[in-house]
Amino acid sequence: MKFLKAFAQFWYDFIIGDDWKIAVAVVLALCVTLVAMATGALGDTALTLLGGVAIVVGFAISLAIDVRPKRR
Amino acid sequence: MDAATWGLIIATFVACFVEMVEATTIVMAMGYTRSWRSALAGTFAALGALAVVTVAAGYALANWLPESALQLAIGGLLLIFGLQWLRKAILRSSGRKAIHDEDAIYREEVAAAKAAGETKTGLDLFAFMVSFKGVFLEGMEVVFIVLTFGLNAGNIPGAAMGAIAAVVIVLGVAIALRRPLSMINENLLKYGVGLLLASFGTYWAVEGLGIFRAGRESIDWPGHDLMILVLLVAWLVLSRIFVAVLRTPASAATAPEVAVEVKK
Repeated sequence: MKFLKAFAQFWYDFIIGDDWKIAVAVVLALCVTLVAMATGALGDTALTLLGGVAIVVGFAISLAIDVRPKRR
Repeated sequence: MDAATWGLIIATFVACFVEMVEATTIVMAMGYTRSWRSALAGTFAALGALAVVTVAAGYALANWLPESALQLAIGGLLLIFGLQWLRKAILRSSGRKAIHDEDAIYREEVAAAKAAGETKTGLDLFAFMVSFKGVFLEGMEVVFIVLTFGLNAGNIPGAAMGAIAAVVIVLGVAIALRRPLSMINENLLKYGVGLLLASFGTYWAVEGLGIFRAGRESIDWPGHDLMILVLLVAWLVLSRIFVAVLRTPASAATAPEVAVEVKK
């Protein structure tokens, strides 16, 4: 059990690192692009641009959460 | 050698260089304060484990996954790594996060080594384990970057060449100087690597979403590989905008007085 916990912790540290918001932002951005692709309304060029913009927006939101003023 | 191969070698060289500096700092701290024999034993054990992981992961990635699935998996992970590095670089440049300092990390490792107490057996387990963990963790990122960049470019030897050159240079400088490599502007290097990983990661992750459509064919970016350069410029410009917007008044006035960061 201890080994499994340490193993899981290693992979969490390796992939997610110290800011889970980045991983969530990337997954959400890719999901948005995937949904757009599933509708079949967009061609490859539009899909790639949407994906790129979604990643940038996700990253910007995670940064904004990082630097927001803390409530006291 | 063509421009793409040079780009591949430079990308893996810079990424590996940063990770090697961090691993070397940890091993030097253990070697000078505890036992060189145990620190080097931990280092070689980690290198052996890394070699096994590299062969296994390389074979699995190259043979078991369709191209678009490979692009999605490694692109997604590169994107997460790259944006983590970019986030730290932006927060550091804007004065909202402490600067990474190898001297401070070295001092912390030395203090931990001294506090751990003497060992009675032949092998100093503390020095062995700290060195093993440091080299293995930093090395895993290098292995991942070399494999992914190499597989996608269809040039594993080129990617490995960049990584090996970084290992040789960092070890050579460390042996010559016999102290932590704090004179290297690691924050700037990390910023550069973050930009590279974010650009390649964005390109491959979006391309790889094609695994979910009929035929499992990758989504095509306009301009194909040339778009990676456009993405690189876009991430650079965006990161500078983020730095300008987030810059604190204190950091603009007293930039050199920013505190140092001990942890990665």
